[in-house]
Amino acid sequence: MAEAGANSLDVMRGRHDFPEITGRIGSIVLKGRLPRHFWTAFFLCFLLVLLFLYSIIYLISVGVGAYGINMPVVWGTMISNFVWWIGIGHAGTLISAVLLLLRQPWRASINRFAEAMTLFAVAMAGLFPILHLGRPWFFYWLLPLPNVHMHWPQWRSPLVWDFAAIATYATVSLLFWYMGLLPDLAVLRDRARSRAAQLFYGILALGWRGSAYHWARYRIVYFLLAALATPLVVSVHSIVSLDFTFAITPGYHSTIFPPYFVAGALLSGFAMVLTIAIPLRWAFSVEDLITLRHMDNAAKLMIAAGMVVAYGYVSEAFFAWYSGEPYERAMMVQRAIGPYAPLFWLMLSLNCGVLQLLWFKRIRRNMPLLFAIAVAINIGMWIERYIIVVTGPSRDYLPSAWGEQSLTWLDFGILFGSIGTFFALVFLFIRILPAITIFEVEELAEEEGKLR
Amino acid sequence: MSAIADDRPGPAIDIEALRKRLARGGEIWRSLDEIAGTAEFRRFVEAEFPAIAERLPAKPNRRTLLKLMGASLSLAGLAACSRAESIVPYVRQPEILIPGKPIYYATTLSSDGFGIGAIVESHEGRPTKVEGNPDHPASRGATDAVMQAAVLTLFDPDRSRTPLKDGEPASYGDFLKDMAALVSRWAASQGQGGALLVEATTSPTAAAQIDALRVRYPKLKIYRHDPLATPATEAVSRALFGSPLTPVYRFDRAEMILSLDADFLGEGPGRLAYVRDFAARRRVRDPSDRMSRLYAMESTPTITGAAADHRLAIKPSEVEAVAAGLNAALTGEAGDSRSPIDQVWMTALVDDLRAAGRNALVISGAHQGAFVQAAALSANAKLGALGNTVGLIEPPDALQVDGDVAALCEAIGDGGIDSVVVLGANPLHTAPAGLDAHKAFSSLKLLVHYGLYRDETAFLAHWHVPAAHELESWSDIRAYDGTRSLVQPLIKPLYDGKTTHELLAVLGGQFQTDPLALVRQHWAALDDDAWKKALRDGIVPDSAAKPVPVTMPSNLGGLSPAANATDGIDIRFVPDPWLRDGRFANASWLQELPRPLTKIVWGNAALISPATAERLKIENGRVINVASNGTSVDAPAWIVSGHPDETVTLSFGFGRKAGSVAALSEGHDAFLLRSAAEWMATGAAITPRENSARVISTQHHQAMEGRAIVRHASLEAFRRDPRFVRKDAPPSPKESLYPDWPYDREAWAMAIDLSACIGCMACVSACQAENNIATVGPEECERGHEMHWLRVDRYYAGPLDAPETLFQPVPCMHCEKAPCEVVCPVNATVHTHDGLNAQVYNRCIGTRYCSQNCPYKVRRFNFLEHQSFDKDEAGPEQGVHNPNVSVRSRGVMEKCTYCVQRISAKRIQAQIENRDIADGEVVTACQQACPTQAITFGDRNRKDAKVVREKSAPQNYALLEELNTRPRTSYLGKISNPNGRLAKPGEATDG
Repeated sequence: MAEAGANSLDVMRGRHDFPEITGRIGSIVLKGRLPRHFWTAFFLCFLLVLLFLYSIIYLISVGVGAYGINMPVVWGTMISNFVWWIGIGHAGTLISAVLLLLRQPWRASINRFAEAMTLFAVAMAGLFPILHLGRPWFFYWLLPLPNVHMHWPQWRSPLVWDFAAIATYATVSLLFWYMGLLPDLAVLRDRARSRAAQLFYGILALGWRGSAYHWARYRIVYFLLAALATPLVVSVHSIVSLDFTFAITPGYHSTIFPPYFVAGALLSGFAMVLTIAIPLRWAFSVEDLITLRHMDNAAKLMIAAGMVVAYGYVSEAFFAWYSGEPYERAMMVQRAIGPYAPLFWLMLSLNCGVLQLLWFKRIRRNMPLLFAIAVAINIGMWIERYIIVVTGPSRDYLPSAWGEQSLTWLDFGILFGSIGTFFALVFLFIRILPAITIFEVEELAEEEGKLR
Repeated sequence: MSAIADDRPGPAIDIEALRKRLARGGEIWRSLDEIAGTAEFRRFVEAEFPAIAERLPAKPNRRTLLKLMGASLSLAGLAACSRAESIVPYVRQPEILIPGKPIYYATTLSSDGFGIGAIVESHEGRPTKVEGNPDHPASRGATDAVMQAAVLTLFDPDRSRTPLKDGEPASYGDFLKDMAALVSRWAASQGQGGALLVEATTSPTAAAQIDALRVRYPKLKIYRHDPLATPATEAVSRALFGSPLTPVYRFDRAEMILSLDADFLGEGPGRLAYVRDFAARRRVRDPSDRMSRLYAMESTPTITGAAADHRLAIKPSEVEAVAAGLNAALTGEAGDSRSPIDQVWMTALVDDLRAAGRNALVISGAHQGAFVQAAALSANAKLGALGNTVGLIEPPDALQVDGDVAALCEAIGDGGIDSVVVLGANPLHTAPAGLDAHKAFSSLKLLVHYGLYRDETAFLAHWHVPAAHELESWSDIRAYDGTRSLVQPLIKPLYDGKTTHELLAVLGGQFQTDPLALVRQHWAALDDDAWKKALRDGIVPDSAAKPVPVTMPSNLGGLSPAANATDGIDIRFVPDPWLRDGRFANASWLQELPRPLTKIVWGNAALISPATAERLKIENGRVINVASNGTSVDAPAWIVSGHPDETVTLSFGFGRKAGSVAALSEGHDAFLLRSAAEWMATGAAITPRENSARVISTQHHQAMEGRAIVRHASLEAFRRDPRFVRKDAPPSPKESLYPDWPYDREAWAMAIDLSACIGCMACVSACQAENNIATVGPEECERGHEMHWLRVDRYYAGPLDAPETLFQPVPCMHCEKAPCEVVCPVNATVHTHDGLNAQVYNRCIGTRYCSQNCPYKVRRFNFLEHQSFDKDEAGPEQGVHNPNVSVRSRGVMEKCTYCVQRISAKRIQAQIENRDIADGEVVTACQQACPTQAITFGDRNRKDAKVVREKSAPQNYALLEELNTRPRTSYLGKISNPNGRLAKPGEATDG
């Protein structure tokens, strides 16, 4: 992974031409000759997919008592997994939509897989509220269906808002992603040799011919969707945070949560982008397309988001003290010295401590180190969500009801199963669709004057 | 007749002799055996018609034979139909039975042999709920936690269902056949070699039957085995007054009470009555109200000590010294310098007792030795209380016996006894460790065991006969004050179990008896009307024992304190409050009911004090080896604040593996350490082991963390500031975003008096029985998945070694602005028109947001499928369910409903009668069970409702009111009455 010219901050290195770019990106998909370690890694992920399926079947057939939750901590890893995955899903939309609107050219080569990552992360996240239910087969009761139940959902409940927010976000993300794929699907259709591939990409390309009209409309729709998606970056996680904020449980009832959750989402989202991008650019030798500039920028965004998160930690603690509420204060003290204290300090050291390494340019540009930091932040952010979910109810109003929950094999089976499934989907995506936007990279090459 | 019992094969039939007899003509015969009068034939007759067999002449005549054989042929066919049940609906409705409407019967349940009156609810012939009988002196309308489980043990699938001969199923006829042999042998030998082992009983019928057996078999020995017996009470009255007497206390007259290691609120047959009177004397609603004062010195933490105004923990071996010191102080002698009691304390106590005079009451623990009991009686006599607050009556459980199980084992060892009939007791589990009961009992020629379960003794027995449950039986019983009452069955015996009286009748040679007739004939003095009235009322009127006038000898009958060598650790044995000696070990409700002070479920632990734990460097759950008298037991330690130092408390009832529920539980068998029938042992040693064992407790935090949860004050502080509960309390918010609910009709509300609550857990048990609450087992309890809708929180305040113990029952608060209601996405928890916070099970999808948002954490979630819905899996235990309450499936939330089914029933009744629901008409299960009447329930919209009066008391407060939840359940702050001269530990903290 050693980089030649480590000080280069170009968004693209070397000189390229259109056929070369199209060929290099398209051939990953069309030739299908992927390196052996790709399939080895996919197989490992597939094992985790099997674990995920087994865990889900076990959970649904036995009941939610099979994982760690108890009274008083009735929310557990299903909620923290959900928040974690939703957070990871944020970076994709931010990169695609916000950076598009802000005309940041460096987004071009990483937006596609970031969007795919968003979709898969939201898909994973969407499963967890259902798996969380005591009777998951009735999840559709949360929908305002013209129904036979004689009653509508209870609109005062944040869970209903949540349901709507996630559904909106998933829909817009999917449309945005698909919209961006259209020109590339047409390219693949045109370059495909086999009839099956031609049909497959032809149908998906929706008759894209690349005419000026197409491009003009594409531009309008794409920007419109970007404008639509941008507020969602803020709204989804804000609404997820309302699940907590709305409750009167100490540690939940805090107005800092919406911005703090969004910042946390960006932090974990960019961490996940790096976790995927660093091996990807190495494995497929696209270090000239996904350059150090990208990595460096993502790392800078991480530290920006991370500092907001750290501010969130501080203000949470400060306002617990400043409120004068004995319950909030006791909860905060118990979070720091109680049964979950080791996790709490681990979280702080990862999310606030390790993160500070990113201030250094040399660390930001050292790919193995950056990868390790990204993974550490991912772990730290999962712990943060778990801490938030469990410490409040475990130390709430009546000390007689205080208690802790534990983690069982099923908690881990489902968490790692979902991670494996996520990566399996990413692998399938790389195999089937162009992981780097062909036309935008070409556009970029032209704009940057990197054309041969 | 003795030939019958002979197991040897009979002699071959002498064909030649038969030919000669038949040649004379005239004789009709069916088989060669019959005509020969062989042993085989006799056995056949005995098995089928034991009653007749006994009357059979050695040589049957033709007439008898014909009758017998004719009956045998017709009965052979009938026998197959005897258990047939008709499943068609009633063609002609029985007069009082309306499907869907429960019927209530008065009966009496036994508690360690003494009766406590009960009213049992029966749905279509299926008893489902036990309530107290208000007319019965030992119940006064209340029940305890154990009584509630009577319906559960009735439907216990593990109950013994068939007689067993050498462990193999056999018919009752076979059993009667063998009993006929025994009876004929005893008849011949006057009972030589025979013994009867009975447990504690107060049944007049049984006593009469046993007396009749004595007359019939003069050499028959009667032994009594009651592992929880307290023989010293009888011994001391013999020594003092020359005759066995037992004390009955009058707490309604007592102003100043001293408990010398007596757990009168939690133990003893009169506890429910005592609790009621005790609480009534401490009900303060107005600064001018008076209140009794309780000093407690105890050798293990009990709920009595928790209720005391002053409590001292003393080593069991020091109680005698304290009693001696008290006596000395009362007579004005100089106090013993060795007294473990602080002199200031003793002076204050003695002054208080003297001031109360005849309204003082000194109670000694029934388990205490003769000296302490004598000292207590003497103190009462000196104060003039004897005859006022203490009466002495002839013990209702008096039974002339030849000894206890130790004497029986000795007699067996001597070869004097070869046949033993065990009636109900389980000596192989409960016999003292010093006794090799197993060896003694296995050397018997015949061991008959009669009991509800195939327990340890049944496994060894040659014959085991299933007993009828007390809800299946006809019997009679006496209460703590001697009141006689009848036991009537609520249901036909499920497994053809027999009553004790039937078994006693069999031993008396009456093989075919009617269980009702056996009791009825003892009560021949009652005419049919009086009998019916006694059945209906649940008591025989005016049958209480009259106090015997006594004069106290001055020298304590020669009793003196034993020289107390207090080196080493003292062991204090206690019965488990729910499982007693282990007899209820198979009742899952009781296994899972938290013990009042430790909150331990599904097991027991060795309780030690914090200081002892510190000295031994052990922590909760560490296994310790307790050794005494050459035997030792390994048990996990559990540190209990307020436990006397250098003392370990071990409870009986656990360590049993007989029964599927009992086998789930953990814990040690303390009987293994008990060398005789004693309740304490000295000179024991504790050796910590390396390993730990699981002790499951349902409450993990004991301190209030400085929060105003249980608000409490002394009586003086209350008089100074009646609204002490408001002191330092933040003002409760008045505004809310949501509009107030309108209530046109009722608005239900509850008030719980924390001064009255003694933490006895009867309410929790009653709630479980009423509301079909699942038990989840030890694994799930350990994970915090237990389901009780109502919990009794126990907090400690003050110093670690002598804390104040506070109880607080926490049901659903039914908040007016309920946090749970707004967060449920599917409207599964909603506010009703009468103010309840209702949970709609079939609408719930299990997001658990409601529980997350409940500040009281009173909601319970079905994490797993805790109750079986599979028809094929359904066992008899399904019979215990209340048909008016849904059984919840997994994945749904549940919680206290204020017994909405009871409210609905009364509302329907009121609507039919076109009237309003009267105050006090709706009684919740917890309220009904509560022996102290701490819980009041009613309609807040009625000005005259009792609950409104309670809530208008100055010490009324709402839990966590600063959260603006506006609970409908409110608390009356705890008021205690400490002596101002004694600084009370913990005073002014946490208040």
